[in-house]
Amino acid sequence: MIQQSKIVIKDLNLYYHEKQVVKELNLEIPQNEIFAIIGPSNSGITTTLRTLNRLCDLTFGARQEGEVLLDGKSIFNKNVNVTELRRKVGMVFDVPTPLPMSIFDNVAFGSNLNGKKSKAEVEEGVEKALRMSALWDDVKDRLNTPAARLSGGQQQRLCIARVLALEPEVILLDRPCSALDPISTAKIEDSLIQLKEQFTIIIAPHTIQQAGRIADRVAFMLMGDLIEQGITHEVFSVPKDKRTNDYLTGRFG
Amino acid sequence: MKKFKENFSERVFLLLALSALSVLALITVFIFTKGIPLIAKVGVVNFIFGMKWSPSQGSYGIFPMIVGTISVTLGAAIIGIPIAICCSIFLAEFAPATLRNIFRPAIQLLAGIPSVVYGFWGVLFIVPMIRNYLGGPGLSILAGSIILAIMILPTIISITEVTILALPRHYKDGALALGLTHWQTIRHLLLPAAKSGIVAAIILGLGRAVGETMAVIMVVGNAVALPETILDPVRTMTTNIGIEMGYASGEHQQALFATGIVLFIIIMIMNATAQYITRKK
Repeated sequence: MIQQSKIVIKDLNLYYHEKQVVKELNLEIPQNEIFAIIGPSNSGITTTLRTLNRLCDLTFGARQEGEVLLDGKSIFNKNVNVTELRRKVGMVFDVPTPLPMSIFDNVAFGSNLNGKKSKAEVEEGVEKALRMSALWDDVKDRLNTPAARLSGGQQQRLCIARVLALEPEVILLDRPCSALDPISTAKIEDSLIQLKEQFTIIIAPHTIQQAGRIADRVAFMLMGDLIEQGITHEVFSVPKDKRTNDYLTGRFG
Repeated sequence: MKKFKENFSERVFLLLALSALSVLALITVFIFTKGIPLIAKVGVVNFIFGMKWSPSQGSYGIFPMIVGTISVTLGAAIIGIPIAICCSIFLAEFAPATLRNIFRPAIQLLAGIPSVVYGFWGVLFIVPMIRNYLGGPGLSILAGSIILAIMILPTIISITEVTILALPRHYKDGALALGLTHWQTIRHLLLPAAKSGIVAAIILGLGRAVGETMAVIMVVGNAVALPETILDPVRTMTTNIGIEMGYASGEHQQALFATGIVLFIIIMIMNATAQYITRKK
């Protein structure tokens, strides 16, 4: 069965000033799957993710060549509404980034400002998002306490809920569990597997093992080059490239 | 020997630090011992709410000057705060690095201009403009407010900008990743998060406005009367001291020190409030 590609990356080159951080990247990311991009730090993975919702625009000196298509349409086109793109392609960062407000407001914040919704609709949306990110039972009795009082794992699930509340199509996660304990990590992984039914998920896992646990496909990047990609268990059991093998077996990285 | 040197230099630093502090203590004690007897004699209420200031007849009421200080400061706040806040948002969020590198030192330079120069410029430029276009004597609350508004800009701008820049970077990234526009991010996230710093900046700026003397003397007209419009001249507490200290003696001099006490307390309260707000977070 050929699945539809949600995002197509064609000949993408990314630069900071003169330094090239991603070279000739070509990837097709299928809909409703978890796609993991693995590789050591400094491989251009974060930059690639930040390009997909054009957060890169904010970085001084960042520049792109090539093409990224979302549902067949270029995201670099001049007519693209960047704020709308960022709502469609939500992002979760490597450290939990709760905003300085209550739990409820954190989740309602984006959707409140982005559309005219009634109070009931907003409340319903917040509950739905918190349930999807498996946080609802932890926080339902204290929605008005500051988000900063939650534990690290809860904060990260709050950040996922915040993205979900915008009803995005794609969710980018940049090493979302790097600061979390195994129990919180397991909870987030479980919810990601649930969420791929509705969303397309691209994750930069903080360990190879995490990619193995949850990803349908992986791509391995090294120093800005795409080395290998494919179905996760195929790449993991029979890597085609020696460098992939070396990375997976822990010879470097 | 080495140990002796260490101890010795430590003592020297302590001594010099204490001397700075003791100057503050001395001035405070001096002002209060000089001013309190007069306040005690006239009565706190009569002194603060008295309408008549006529040292030769022995009436010491500084209410018109309190109104003068408040009105000029309020005017400076109304004119200066919006400009300062917008300017710092521009510097912290919108300005490209090259522009920022020109802007920032230029604003710092504003703080370095001597206040008598501001006053001189005000007398030659602002005062005639007000007289010609708006009427009245020109020497007025409005003139004082405009000059003070400019003078408090550097204080408010630099503190506000630093506060905004000190916010965690993830606030902005997080908000923009949620599909907020840059302006929504500033309006609904950065400004509320920086609120305490901004309020402190404003209070410190206004403290400066309350205490400013030279520039104000030159442009407000210094009439001891309750103003009816912003085009009327007023006298502030600082200018009262500045104008009369040259010839005041005896009870009159004590009354000026008493005016100083009131100023001192107002500015202490403002600074303490600013400190409290920034520390609370």
